[in-house]
Amino acid sequence: MTRYSRYLTAFQTIFTKELLRFTRIWLQTILPPVITTVLYYIIFGNLIGSRIGEMDGFSYIDFIVPGLILMAVITNSYSNVVSSFFSSKFQRHVEELIISPVPNWVILAGYVAGGVARGVMVGIAVTSVSLFFTDIQVQSYGWTLTVFILTAILFSLAGFINAVYANSFDDISIVPTFILTPLTYLGGVFYSISMLPEFWQQVSLANPILYMVNAFRYGLLGVSDIPMGVALGIVVLFIVALTGFSLYLLNRGIGIKN
Amino acid sequence: MNALNIRDLRKVYKNGFEALKGVDITVQQGDFFALLGPNGAGKSTAIGIISSLVNKTSGHVEVFGHDLDNDPEGVKSCIGLVPQEFNFNMWEPIGEIVVNQAGFYGIPRKEAWRRAEASLRQLDLWDKRQQMSRTLSGGMKRRLMIARALVHRPKLLILDEPTAGVDIEIRRSMWEFMSELNRQGTTIILTTHYLEEAESLCRNIAIINQGRIVEHSRMDRLLHQLHTETFVLNLRDPLNELPSLQGFELKRLDGQRVEVAVNSEQSINQLFEQLSLHEIGVTSLRNKQNRLEQLFMNMVESARNGAAQ
Repeated sequence: MTRYSRYLTAFQTIFTKELLRFTRIWLQTILPPVITTVLYYIIFGNLIGSRIGEMDGFSYIDFIVPGLILMAVITNSYSNVVSSFFSSKFQRHVEELIISPVPNWVILAGYVAGGVARGVMVGIAVTSVSLFFTDIQVQSYGWTLTVFILTAILFSLAGFINAVYANSFDDISIVPTFILTPLTYLGGVFYSISMLPEFWQQVSLANPILYMVNAFRYGLLGVSDIPMGVALGIVVLFIVALTGFSLYLLNRGIGIKN
Repeated sequence: MNALNIRDLRKVYKNGFEALKGVDITVQQGDFFALLGPNGAGKSTAIGIISSLVNKTSGHVEVFGHDLDNDPEGVKSCIGLVPQEFNFNMWEPIGEIVVNQAGFYGIPRKEAWRRAEASLRQLDLWDKRQQMSRTLSGGMKRRLMIARALVHRPKLLILDEPTAGVDIEIRRSMWEFMSELNRQGTTIILTTHYLEEAESLCRNIAIINQGRIVEHSRMDRLLHQLHTETFVLNLRDPLNELPSLQGFELKRLDGQRVEVAVNSEQSINQLFEQLSLHEIGVTSLRNKQNRLEQLFMNMVESARNGAAQ
């Protein structure tokens, strides 16, 4: 058994464990975002949206579809990793991993893959529901899939860092409530930033979620407020930075070792 | 080759508490080794460092020739740990807990299930493999942690109070199980508060107190240091008055029970001769305290007095 085949088995074990964890409780993990999104479509898309008219040349419901799908991906990939890793700290079974000969990058990859898997599953479920309310034609499958996966990776990493620092269940809900949700809602999910005054347009550019939402919208609808190269560059930059920071935390044992 | 070599191990926690003050421990391959000490002495910190759960401040740890600083994966591959507190996922089935642990060591799933079956059968848990771990009794949870620690067949098994809170029947069956493991070649380090357990199972011993090793020797050599043993005698008839025995002093516990101290230069035969002279019949006798317990208390007490002075 070579070292890398051992690592692969360890990665598969962590990933499978994560997959089983959230699929076992699909009523709490997969279904709620689908129901929430349906409500968004009915209220913002059909009821209010029909009075708003067009945005960037699309009906309002078509315009918000990419943002709503991505919002579900962001929330679910983040919450999967933060709740799973914090729970492993809380119940102390993270020790099973610490005492095992699994390199830290494999541990991180396993948890992130679990978060991406939930993000993708929820994303697919929400996209499938969208088809009942809209008839959008995907402009670029490559862009759509790339942004979809990169966003899930980025927020899985963010969830991991939150879990490392968390000492209580309150700590794992503070970031989603006070940072993630406002940034998502202000990240151009429901509007084009071109509607904002110049000053607020500039402020919005500091919001990383804006780049993801626009890049994803470009993949689905072919329109974006942001140049694609910039959007992709920023997402990749964040992923590299958060990966580096997560590995630093694991290597130092911060939040998990005495 | 030694199973474990610890040199000048020190740990200072962030709050300034010095848990280990230069600890040296050597455990030979195949040994059944007791690491004893009062609460807060530094046992769990030492075990935490060996098993990578705690970062050391300084010092050197080597497990079967693998250096903890240069080859942590090599060290981890050799160790199986049964911690003091339950540390498994309470919402996961028992079989999966053991199989996943094997997976973390790189054992493919099919082989992992085969090994999990062997471990769980040995510990009478195979029938419960689909049950959630939180539904197990305390004794079963301890056995689950042992099964989990054995699934990758470690060369060094560290048992941190494995029988705490377990009833006597299960405790005895666990002793047999541990002895058998040791006979098959697994080196075992045991920490326990049941000193009778350490005395009957372990061949070598280290006693740690206030972050320092105060004794590191063979168990039989250590027990030989015990100068005085106290026995409790159950008498055939009640004694109205305590007789004066030559060389021995009886102390009344109740009407039909007395205790007497016998030093290493005396023998129990001499005691019985004296009792016979006074026509005192004895129906049974027992050690007042386990021998190791008596030594342990002496050492801890003298260390405490030394620190106070």
